[in-house]
Amino acid sequence: MDTNTQRLLHTFSALADLGQEISDTSDFEEMLRNSFHLLLGSLAIRRGAVGEYDRDAGALRLIASRGIAESTDEALKLATDHARELASFGSTIKLEDATKEAHRFLEDHKALASIEIDLLLPLVVRERLIGVVLLGEKASEEKYSEEDLEVLSALARHIAVGIHSHRLIEEVEHKAIENQRLYDGLRKIYKETVHAFAAAIDIKDRYTQGHSVRVGKYSEIIAREMGWSEEEVEGITIAGYLHDIGKLIVDLSVINSPERFSAKDSKEMSRHPSAGYEILARINHPYAEIPLMARYHHERIDGNGYPDGLKGDQIPPGAKIVTLADSFDAMTTDRPYRKKLPLEDVLEDFRANTGTQFDPAVVCAFCRAFLNEIEGKRERRLLNLINRNYDKVENVTPLLNELLADFDGAAMAASTNN
Amino acid sequence: MTETSREIAVQARSVGDAAIIYASDYLNKLSGERIERECRRQLESGCRTLIINFRDTELVNSIGVSILVGVIDAAEQNTARLIFSDVNNHTANLFEMLGLTRHVSLATNEEEALSLASEARPRAS
Repeated sequence: MDTNTQRLLHTFSALADLGQEISDTSDFEEMLRNSFHLLLGSLAIRRGAVGEYDRDAGALRLIASRGIAESTDEALKLATDHARELASFGSTIKLEDATKEAHRFLEDHKALASIEIDLLLPLVVRERLIGVVLLGEKASEEKYSEEDLEVLSALARHIAVGIHSHRLIEEVEHKAIENQRLYDGLRKIYKETVHAFAAAIDIKDRYTQGHSVRVGKYSEIIAREMGWSEEEVEGITIAGYLHDIGKLIVDLSVINSPERFSAKDSKEMSRHPSAGYEILARINHPYAEIPLMARYHHERIDGNGYPDGLKGDQIPPGAKIVTLADSFDAMTTDRPYRKKLPLEDVLEDFRANTGTQFDPAVVCAFCRAFLNEIEGKRERRLLNLINRNYDKVENVTPLLNELLADFDGAAMAASTNN
Repeated sequence: MTETSREIAVQARSVGDAAIIYASDYLNKLSGERIERECRRQLESGCRTLIINFRDTELVNSIGVSILVGVIDAAEQNTARLIFSDVNNHTANLFEMLGLTRHVSLATNEEEALSLASEARPRAS
């Protein structure tokens, strides 16, 4: 094999190896060090360095080197105008310019003056300086030829693209993290706004202060017990907070009436689910079903609810949960026309209305969550909410078990049919 | 005295103040770095002649060449002699083409390499 063919094969093999190195993104600096050694090895160059250009710092950060500034971690200054000039060479540079730029670089860095740098190759991608390759003498001690420069430029272009791609990936990852942070921030603001709305809704009704937030929390506990995903649980919590938002358009005198509603007041009051839907449907919620949960939280399984008289599975599951949470809170808090009911009576009400007003699966999930907390299997969240108003909550354990025994089968059958 | 030692996959043995290091079948980054480490270790322990035996080496890639250039530097800094032995024709041509032979002596076999090593040492009068 003649020398030229062998040189060509050696160069070709270096290019092939370099392609493989650059496609390996697992360790950027290792990739760059290997690429740099491939470049040195292609012409048996004795010393050199590859540095990445940091535009903000106006400096080169050496990533790999041999025989040049090996002991320094300090960045090498590179003035903006010099960087711009280097970028103007593009991805190919003439031998004369590469030599001239090497001398210019050494003049700017007296500390490196004892080192011989014969060539400076700018690493340029899309007219932007990505970095530079500094090269010292070859083992052959021959001067660099135009042919050598072509080989080195080809390899350097690969390295430039490798650095550029890596930085792009890093940038995308950074942006994704930044977007996630922004998204989290927006969600936080959204939740805080929802909280503020819930407080505003409850302030309007002086008898039911804290009702919306409690319904949100009860709904969350039930949904979690039913195995809903975190996202769905978050959605139904918000729905609980906002389920009564329609009350904002109901006459204040009706809401704050100290007596049971008259037929006229009931009609006025029954507007609030639809009104709530109208308000919430205009907002682009992260959880699409929130407006429906507000609209249907007074629907009943038997079809005798309002506003649409939906039956059974026509009612969205979330609305069924909010319905129970809403009723539970209504019965366990004082109202202007009655005191809160004893817990036993509340559970009896559940028993009487499961399958007509309430969904058996939701009632069972509520009972299970309640029992799990009493038995210490779950964090006391439901109990902490109920305990504010009741003593000896654990006394209802038999009732909860009875409810489960009565309706678990129905709930299972319903879920199987679905 | 001849002794044989094994560090990971690098085989090496000492003959007087010379160290013979055996390169693997493919001199790439992984095997090259092992050889480089072994060479530096030998130089630090006072070895005056490094002989790298390429009897098993079929191919040397660019990273391998770069690592060998690093070994040449290290040997020169330690004023030690570097000899490559048992280099096949293809690799010998590559070393010649790239100018490595300006810094390294090539020997047909280990015996010749050891003989070259002893020639380099000043004789005691």
